[in-house]
Amino acid sequence: MKFAIQVNEGPYQHQAADSAFQFAKAAIENGHEIMRVFFYHDGVNNASNFTLPPQDDRHVVNNWASLNIKNAEGEPELVVCVAAALRRGMLDESEATKNAIEGYNLHPAFRISGLGQLIEAGIQSDRLVVFGD
Amino acid sequence: MLHTVNKSSFERNSLQSCLNTIDDTSVILLIEDGVISAANNSKSSMIADLAAAGRVFALQGDVEARGISSKLADNIKLVDYAGFVDLVVEHGTAVSWV
Repeated sequence: MKFAIQVNEGPYQHQAADSAFQFAKAAIENGHEIMRVFFYHDGVNNASNFTLPPQDDRHVVNNWASLNIKNAEGEPELVVCVAAALRRGMLDESEATKNAIEGYNLHPAFRISGLGQLIEAGIQSDRLVVFGD
Repeated sequence: MLHTVNKSSFERNSLQSCLNTIDDTSVILLIEDGVISAANNSKSSMIADLAAAGRVFALQGDVEARGISSKLADNIKLVDYAGFVDLVVEHGTAVSWV
């Protein structure tokens, strides 16, 4: 079955980021497909390449990256809402250049896109599961 | 439908809102702090009938993390994340009460 997941909370702040990852992992392990994970609101912080948790703690960002969720074209399907990302200082190279800001912090396993991607995920998947408040 | 509840009934009224809304075929899965409602406490009567009908589930890892494994109310069914996935597959649309 084809799943889509929406994550509304940041890592190390709310259990939703961990719950969503564990759900995605279990779905894949049981033969299902995760067609997209959409990170909205504070959920965009799951995509920070600058995240450095202590060695004995889980690495939420790398956990997401380890799921290797991509589409047929090889693009990441860990999708970060652009408006939510920019207002929280989450930038990819293109947004940094466009806004004349030095440096960018989006992990390469993620990509930035618009809210339409969430609607599309809701239409194209068999199930959309929402985590967070 | 599958309804997930992730807040304790001592914190928010999301479980009550869910109970007010669901139909006769829906099931409830308690996750995160929602599992507090799976413990035998002053709020247990809220879901007693639904649990007796086998329609209340709780996420095992979250139950264990909160130390309530030995204090569970009657008829609560425990599931792991694979069980969570199966519930979503089986019951169609998943609604998250927060």
